[in-house]
Amino acid sequence: MKGSVIKYERDNIDTDVILPGPYLKIHDYAELATHAMEGLDKDFHKRVKPGDFIVAGRNFGCGSSREHAPIALSYSGIKAVLALSFARIFYRNAVDGAFLLPIEIDEGAYKDISDTDLLEVDISTNEIKNLTKNKIYKMKPFPELIGKIIEAGGLFNYKP
Amino acid sequence: MNITEKILARASGKTQVSPGDVVFVNVDKVMVHDVSGPGVLAVFEKLRKKGMVIDKVWDPERVWVAEDHFVPAADKISAQNIVLLTNFTKQFGIKRHFKYGMGQYGICHTLSHEEAMVLPGEVYVGGDSHTNTTGALGAFAAGLGHTDVAYVLLNGKIWFKVPETLFFKINGKLPDHVMAKDLILKIIGDIGTDGAAYKTMQFGGPGISEMSVESRLTLTNMTTEAGAKSGIVEPDLKLREYLAARGVTKYDEVHGDADAQYEKIYEYECSEMEPIVAKPFSPENTAVARDLSSVELDKAYIGSCTGAKLEDLQAVAKILKGRTVKIRTEILPAAMSIFRKAMDTGLLKIFMDAGVVVGPPTCGACCGAHMGVLAKDEICISTTNRNFPGRMGHVESQTYLASPLVAAASAVTGKITDPRDLK
Repeated sequence: MKGSVIKYERDNIDTDVILPGPYLKIHDYAELATHAMEGLDKDFHKRVKPGDFIVAGRNFGCGSSREHAPIALSYSGIKAVLALSFARIFYRNAVDGAFLLPIEIDEGAYKDISDTDLLEVDISTNEIKNLTKNKIYKMKPFPELIGKIIEAGGLFNYKP
Repeated sequence: MNITEKILARASGKTQVSPGDVVFVNVDKVMVHDVSGPGVLAVFEKLRKKGMVIDKVWDPERVWVAEDHFVPAADKISAQNIVLLTNFTKQFGIKRHFKYGMGQYGICHTLSHEEAMVLPGEVYVGGDSHTNTTGALGAFAAGLGHTDVAYVLLNGKIWFKVPETLFFKINGKLPDHVMAKDLILKIIGDIGTDGAAYKTMQFGGPGISEMSVESRLTLTNMTTEAGAKSGIVEPDLKLREYLAARGVTKYDEVHGDADAQYEKIYEYECSEMEPIVAKPFSPENTAVARDLSSVELDKAYIGSCTGAKLEDLQAVAKILKGRTVKIRTEILPAAMSIFRKAMDTGLLKIFMDAGVVVGPPTCGACCGAHMGVLAKDEICISTTNRNFPGRMGHVESQTYLASPLVAAASAVTGKITDPRDLK
């Protein structure tokens, strides 16, 4: 996976800013995408390109259980969110629904990666290449079950 | 094993589980509402397009449905979502659908305890993050997204990583001017919004034995705001009485072993607590209410699964009796059963004499959806659970989270007010 970075240098990016409450009634995935990140970055939908990555701090996706949040990001074109940590429901929604990859990175990588950097993510080697800065970072490997669900293409395709 | 480990072990058919183990558990009860229900149906549609036949759920007796986020229907789309939900329950033979305008209905988490939809020892999942609330009934209760709830509806089970447990030993009795809301805000301020991420927050000790079931529900409700997977209180006499009053006496209680392990034990002394408020824009951004007495307000909101149970309304009435509000104030009981009790015991008269608007149960403005959202720069004091940017309306509005007592006292003065300072 190759894509460029949209970086939000902050912790606790919550589901109310990823996909604000008034849009919870919407279940058309393409329409939800037009409101992604609206509470934090009004220009997000103009800026995002298919294959992009979001890079953010601690506790990404905290707050409500709305699956609208990973759906809106996914249908905007986001393939993975690279963050210091994730809130639990956002994490399992992203994986079980096969919307995007929640990738945990360390402080070093988080500080080093800049907005618009071009990254190449390889989950088979747990490596993130920063093609802009010519550097390599390690991602935290997925736990066993999570890796299997991702490989299967979501919870419904996974056979326990 | 502690109570959470024992419930998860039993539900996964194992004699022993430890934190970190991944288990598929059999689910006892599952809930969807008018946001997660249509979300689940969208997942069903996606699966059908891939060729899956979906014409029944695993056990319609174990499924229940609430209408709460966008009722009364906020607009055409939300009205349509209620129709979708109604067709879904009819098609799949789900009898327990609490419909707006047809007797008992209300916020899903409130119904879970008011109607004893979930019992001690059960595994309960819901399509809403505050599903944690119901852990105060001695159950494992956790929120899930649409895909996971769809999976439960079709298979009756779901995966969980057995959580580490943080034990909060609560000592002493809360003073009259302090409520469970103050205690949980204090705890979240101390441990942070990811202080319990992926973990269970268990509450126990003499302070919990003293506390009503409704107060305990306020604690477990807001474990979500500390990132917790679940919150739980072990069953005791008070819980048994609470359930018996709702006609339920048969269930299979689970208690932790004498040598139960906890990742960490925290101790809190209730008798020394004072009113706490969470400032914008995070539940962890806490301060002592008295230190914020210069903050001028536009609105007071008393509602939600966190702060509009009967006990919450009684606290508000204690403050508003014989007084009038200085800022616009809304009180929305969290379920019709509570609304009725508020009417029968004279609380509604006190509210209306004070100049307050009393509205129907709804999640409404708590999540900025409809029914009284905030304008740009408006400042609200609220008995709800979240105050992220834009949570209750305009992204540049502000919400202070407080107890029902503090919210009511602030409604009277128009500024953030410790109930002790009210003349």
